[in-house]
Amino acid sequence: MTQAIDYQIMWNRLIAVVEEQATTMIRTAFSTSVREAGDLSAGLFDVRGRMMAQAVTGTPGHVNAMAESVTHFVREIGRQNIFEGDVFITNDPWLGTGHLHDITVVSPTFRDGRHIGFFACTAHVVDIGGRGFGPDGTEVYEEGLQIPILKFAERGEVDRTLVAMIRANTREPDPVVGDIYSLAACNEAGDRRLQSMMAEFGIDELEGLSDFIVDTSRAATLKRIAALPDGEFINEMQVDGYDIPVRMAVKLTVEGERLKADFDGTSGPSKFGVNVPMVYTRAYACYGLKCAIAPAVPNNTGSLEPFVITAPDGCILAARRPAPVSTRHVLGHLVPDVVLGALHKCLPKVVPAEGASALWNIQISARPTDPASGLRNREVLMFNSGGTGARPAADGLSATAFPSGVSTMSVEATEHVGPIVVWRKDLREGSGGAGQFRGGLGQTIEIEPRQGYDFYFNAMFDRIENPARGRDGGGLGGAGKVALADGMKLAGKGRQKVENGSRLVLSLPGGGGYGAPNQRPKDQVQADLDAGYITHQQAVEDYGLTGD
Amino acid sequence: MNNSKIRVGVDIGGTFTDVAIEHPGGIETAKVLTNYAEPEQAILDAIVKAADRAGVALADIHQVIHGTTLVTNALIERRGAKLAFITTEGFRDVVEMRSENRFEQYDLNLELPKPLVPRKDRFTLNERMSAEGDVLLALDPAEVEALVARVLAGGYDAVAVGFLHSYANTAHEIAVEAALRAAAPDLSISISSVISPQMREFERFNTVIANAYVQPQVASYLDRLVAKLRADGIAAPVFMMHSGGGLISVETASREPVRLLESGPAGGAIYAADFAKAHGLEKVLSFDMGGTTAKICLIEDGTPRTANTFEVARTYRFKKGSGMPVSTPVVEMVEIGAGGGSIAHVDSMGQIRVGPQSAASEPGPACYQRGGVEPTVSDSNLMLGRLDPDNFAGGAIPLSIALSEQALMSRICEATGLSARDAAFGVTEMVDENMANAARVHTVENGRDIEAFTMIAFGGGAPLHACRLCEKLGIDALIIPPGAGVGSAIGFLKAPFSYEASKGIFQRLNEFEPDAVNSALKSLEDEARSFVKAGAGDADTTTKLTAYMRYSGQGYEIPVVLPYRTFAPEDRSALQAAFEDTYRMLFGRTIEGLAVEITNWSLVVASVLSEVPSASRHLTGLPVDARRTRQFYDAALRDIVTASEVDRESLTPGAVVSGPAVVVERNTSTIVTSAYTVTGQGDGSLLLQRKQSVQNEVAA
Repeated sequence: MTQAIDYQIMWNRLIAVVEEQATTMIRTAFSTSVREAGDLSAGLFDVRGRMMAQAVTGTPGHVNAMAESVTHFVREIGRQNIFEGDVFITNDPWLGTGHLHDITVVSPTFRDGRHIGFFACTAHVVDIGGRGFGPDGTEVYEEGLQIPILKFAERGEVDRTLVAMIRANTREPDPVVGDIYSLAACNEAGDRRLQSMMAEFGIDELEGLSDFIVDTSRAATLKRIAALPDGEFINEMQVDGYDIPVRMAVKLTVEGERLKADFDGTSGPSKFGVNVPMVYTRAYACYGLKCAIAPAVPNNTGSLEPFVITAPDGCILAARRPAPVSTRHVLGHLVPDVVLGALHKCLPKVVPAEGASALWNIQISARPTDPASGLRNREVLMFNSGGTGARPAADGLSATAFPSGVSTMSVEATEHVGPIVVWRKDLREGSGGAGQFRGGLGQTIEIEPRQGYDFYFNAMFDRIENPARGRDGGGLGGAGKVALADGMKLAGKGRQKVENGSRLVLSLPGGGGYGAPNQRPKDQVQADLDAGYITHQQAVEDYGLTGD
Repeated sequence: MNNSKIRVGVDIGGTFTDVAIEHPGGIETAKVLTNYAEPEQAILDAIVKAADRAGVALADIHQVIHGTTLVTNALIERRGAKLAFITTEGFRDVVEMRSENRFEQYDLNLELPKPLVPRKDRFTLNERMSAEGDVLLALDPAEVEALVARVLAGGYDAVAVGFLHSYANTAHEIAVEAALRAAAPDLSISISSVISPQMREFERFNTVIANAYVQPQVASYLDRLVAKLRADGIAAPVFMMHSGGGLISVETASREPVRLLESGPAGGAIYAADFAKAHGLEKVLSFDMGGTTAKICLIEDGTPRTANTFEVARTYRFKKGSGMPVSTPVVEMVEIGAGGGSIAHVDSMGQIRVGPQSAASEPGPACYQRGGVEPTVSDSNLMLGRLDPDNFAGGAIPLSIALSEQALMSRICEATGLSARDAAFGVTEMVDENMANAARVHTVENGRDIEAFTMIAFGGGAPLHACRLCEKLGIDALIIPPGAGVGSAIGFLKAPFSYEASKGIFQRLNEFEPDAVNSALKSLEDEARSFVKAGAGDADTTTKLTAYMRYSGQGYEIPVVLPYRTFAPEDRSALQAAFEDTYRMLFGRTIEGLAVEITNWSLVVASVLSEVPSASRHLTGLPVDARRTRQFYDAALRDIVTASEVDRESLTPGAVVSGPAVVVERNTSTIVTSAYTVTGQGDGSLLLQRKQSVQNEVAA
């Protein structure tokens, strides 16, 4: 009987091992989005390519993407060509995690000369050449260097030619190549822990343990799916897109233990880099469903397989090569909203209302107003979040990322990075959708170039034309807005300039409300008014507060 | 008799108030229940009790050194002052927006911790400093005046002030403080550039708010304590243990109570560090396991590792990010929800999970027979023969195996089909695994190899679990010191007077300006020295300088210890080299071609302690005949073993018992697994060594 306990303990240990792998990467990475946003993943796979454990990081977008990736490596490399000391690499958006900035490194692991499994690690690197991180490319070729599935190292020997190719094709060769070595080192660290665990428990292969993990997780997930009422549930949602609105449509089919989400009816591809490879759509759809249906089951092949996600080949959520995909995160982050909307019809009172969802990340390029001044160019990256949708029994979270798991950076630290002043970064009064439970508030950010500088920024913002919708009578979240302090409106997508003396004002969207606003207790409405979460006008018109 | 040696350490914990008296005859201890209404009364009771036993007159007490968890409790339970916060216009919500992330990815109903100051009590002023400390927008005196009037009208007990970049230029905070002070001389005011002058607004604002929140309460408590002691004949000065592992005056503590948050655990780490020194151990992992949590700390060269930011009052399974960040010097510790009272359950996948919920002391584990029905770690230890039902807490609490079995059967066995014994094994293994994982991650994060460490274990639960933990971690040697039940109070007696002053100064190394740094360091030293002098007089001191450095563009700094001296421009390369050495030690490599930045400086002045006398060490010796045997479940062997049972007193220096063994004492038992031996030490410690490593040691 203690075999079952041993397996539980080993499973627990493996989750700690992959978490440790990820933590090490976060602490050593140069890429801001890895460190600050946790834009990475780490996992262990058995020799058949089944994922046994994966670290919970800031990027649900890597969830299934990583689970699928190892099988691609095995297919491309060929089993007969896998040797001890090998390290494989790719940044293929369709085989990895959706855009060229994400580099995946896979290391086969051996015990007593026998191949027993793989460690894999993915991280977002600082630069991958091309146009840089932004939506303006029209083919993937413009977005940077493509690294097909290759051996970064064979039998411990690093491929110098490949390293030279990568170095020559990025603006930041030291940190990028450093991060690749770091990925390989994380896999090695994971392997050392795995080997000592196998010695401790006296096992020489992973199959038995893998069967236990995958079977237990699958059974737990199927049980949760089987508890859902059968039927077909449809939902659709329109979002801003790059130049023309994008329609996202989904049909959720529940039949016994089977659950399928199909995106038939979704808009065709964009000319710009907001397209999403299927692997990334699948990850976010699955993440949303899993949060609502089986949140406690750890990620592995067994817990992910039961969620079947499909989309018509070539649509904007299943982009075909060579579509540009650099900023696939914007629409990707909106996928859970549309899927959860469908699930709401099947499973009421569980999922939140729609939220801001897509991050309002802003890449600022500060340039001297007078090129002859001798001032240096500077780059600043900020992560910012709007409000989340209200929950069936709680208000939404203000200025908090969902579904992404990113963190913001300190304004003080940001102002040391580049010549900007952030004059404001606070909650945006009145932006939470009205409801019995109020949507989370967005935020207002005001940024001005410092003396001697102008700046350019790459807008990749959504929910300006299409605010978050409420549920069960809840109101719309506040729509986003991009403007200058003097009131001049700017575009929600693409590169724009803010001249010295002007101030950029970003008004981030709020989350939708849940339930009819008149059901909100009056003392809570009054408290919201006293705190300045809602305006006086909203208190009266949306919530029916009387008196003063 | 030389009375100047008589010192008292007092630790107020959640359940017990512990006292340790150091007198010419040794150390005497006492334990009483914490009195929440009048904590000072429990202190006095415990001191009287211990002084009686030691034969010490209260009037002869020379120093009282105090640490307490009450400050932390006030934050956790939100029992603080009615507080206003004044900040820069545009940044009213920094403490509410936090880091804009969710610390738990898969919980749709997640709630974030609410700020200590609600939004309606957060006020703003139009003012702004640049990152370099230049005034971008000057304060308007009329606006300040109006705000002061508004705040006073609000009837607040305390005010916290935190402006953007105030670590770089304190002028606006000082001006606002002066305006408040002029209008209300008795108001409690805390300003961020004094309480936590470090870059990063969320952490700094939170720290100054936490300080202001507890300040009136802590100041009044400390006043009462000093008065109470004096009234009862203890005129000795009172000093406070701070989170960083040193002592400060009671006056400083009253002004900056946020420095006291981790005083109890810091005392535990100092206690372990003292044994590390006595045993000549360079690399030590301290392991403190109580009823609810376990704490792990790295101690190298006799000094506990410190950090400049930590998190208090975690609200969600001790998860990182679910508490309040506080930026003050602290002994760096990992805390997880694992203790004797931790409750076990079966999750939706049929897997055994343990903690962080705890049965605490009421109702306590099922076996306590006080109405607890949930199976705990203690219940499992009892089932496995590791706890003696008739000798728990000196026989004060008789334990019921039947109730433990019943709890395991109903909560674990029914769902899993395991026998009660296997379930108990599963529970203890899972909790040991959780602690081992936390210890492993902590050492990896610090770039260390855990197998090179010796463990020093204390706290009620540690002697039962430490040996198994060492098996899991590959640690060969484990010390269980005497007096482990009141470790923190004893640790207070071993702490130096110390004060850490810090300042955020942002510089790229290639633009290093020694003048600015030198003058800042001088004022940091003066500041720190004056605090130390207040307690230690003219004692010799040491000065430790740390620069927080990183590669340009990185988000986290690493602490780089530097020799304290006046810097010259050519020291740039020495600074670069020191950074690279530290970076390489933590991460195994350096990166060429990237600029290096310094963000914060910190300087610690500490009094020099007298040399810790060496303990006489015994790696081997003569076997002791165990007259009794007892059976327990040896986890590594997955089987019941028959163990030698010996009293701790019989393990005189050099006396050896080979595992499996149980060493029994009044309050607890030490489990020695089959893979280890135990040897008595000259200072009353137990040394547990892996059998293989003993042979190697002797052969060498």
